[in-house]
Amino acid sequence: MELFKNFKDFKMDVLKEVGNIGAGNAATALSQLLNKPIDMAVPKVQLLSFEEITDKVGGAEELVYAVFLRVEGEAPGNLFFILSPEAASNLLSRIAGIEISGGDELSEMELSALSEIGNILAGSYLSSLADFTSLSMYPTVPALAMDMAGAILGYGLLQFGQMGDDALLIDTTFLEGQNEIEGQFFLIPDPESFPKIFKALGVPFDND
Amino acid sequence: MIEEQSIIKVGMADLNVGSQDSLIRTTGLGSCVGLTLFDPGKKLAGMAHVMLPSSEIAREGQLNIAKFADTAVPELLARLLGLGAVRSRIVAKMAGGSQMFAFAGGSDTMRIGPRNVESCKLALDNLHIPLIAEDTGGNYGRTIEISCNTGVIFIRSVQKDPKEI
Repeated sequence: MELFKNFKDFKMDVLKEVGNIGAGNAATALSQLLNKPIDMAVPKVQLLSFEEITDKVGGAEELVYAVFLRVEGEAPGNLFFILSPEAASNLLSRIAGIEISGGDELSEMELSALSEIGNILAGSYLSSLADFTSLSMYPTVPALAMDMAGAILGYGLLQFGQMGDDALLIDTTFLEGQNEIEGQFFLIPDPESFPKIFKALGVPFDND
Repeated sequence: MIEEQSIIKVGMADLNVGSQDSLIRTTGLGSCVGLTLFDPGKKLAGMAHVMLPSSEIAREGQLNIAKFADTAVPELLARLLGLGAVRSRIVAKMAGGSQMFAFAGGSDTMRIGPRNVESCKLALDNLHIPLIAEDTGGNYGRTIEISCNTGVIFIRSVQKDPKEI
């Protein structure tokens, strides 16, 4: 995609920092919820093909829980918080004291708790981003789905689909202790949001 | 699945064709539509993983024709005819086009699944290709696989039983 071909390293670093700040705040929120330290991997900013994006969560058929929020405001985009089924049940039992009743399917109560946790995390991710960039960004009501990663992430790529076959992804992974709770935040800003984000951060966009 | 059969993968916004003894597969269809064309006489099949309804909204320089319903269907037909398929025998099936997330007052983007299905049907109509089976809608993802021998599509999903159309 032409828009990103000429992103210099510097710009990628700026976006990494964007991911870092957002996820850093979300990690703190998660840490407070769980009352234990949460580690965070250094965010990755990558221009990936649609296939590669689903590969990042284990392939298009991999079963995942995803909390999806559409970001609206001055820099719209899509935000996903993605958990493996094991991570989701660990998270639930630690935070809400809910022991998963068994079977693969979560009850309505469990799903609702998970959706709320996702909401809290995504909310803190977004509000720190909004503070940092002084852009207004607000989330829609979160939607939770448990399904194939490809089916879920495909949704977040529709805006990019109009422009090309790649998307720019800001990816952050949470870890707790022995990887018991591993979650990924994917922020996929709409293509037209990038100039706004850079401008808000004082990075010249046109003359690379 | 039977080991000897070769599997042809179709990625997101991609299309491909296959002949006898091969399977064509696409994984993780959500709002995207997996559209297949099949010539039972020649045992030729093709599949497109359509992501968006219309190329009119494309803002990219070089159009990926496999991505849009209105361009993918004619291209898939052309590829099959190129392999020697007989046009009058070709039949279509499709699966996918679900609405993964339900939002109150959803915008147009949120309704992309049903719109993809409508556009695929329109594209088939324009080419006078009969649609003989479909498994579309719902709110779940699907993986589909077409047998180039029989034209049968195997559909797998997370929460539903596998089915064939």
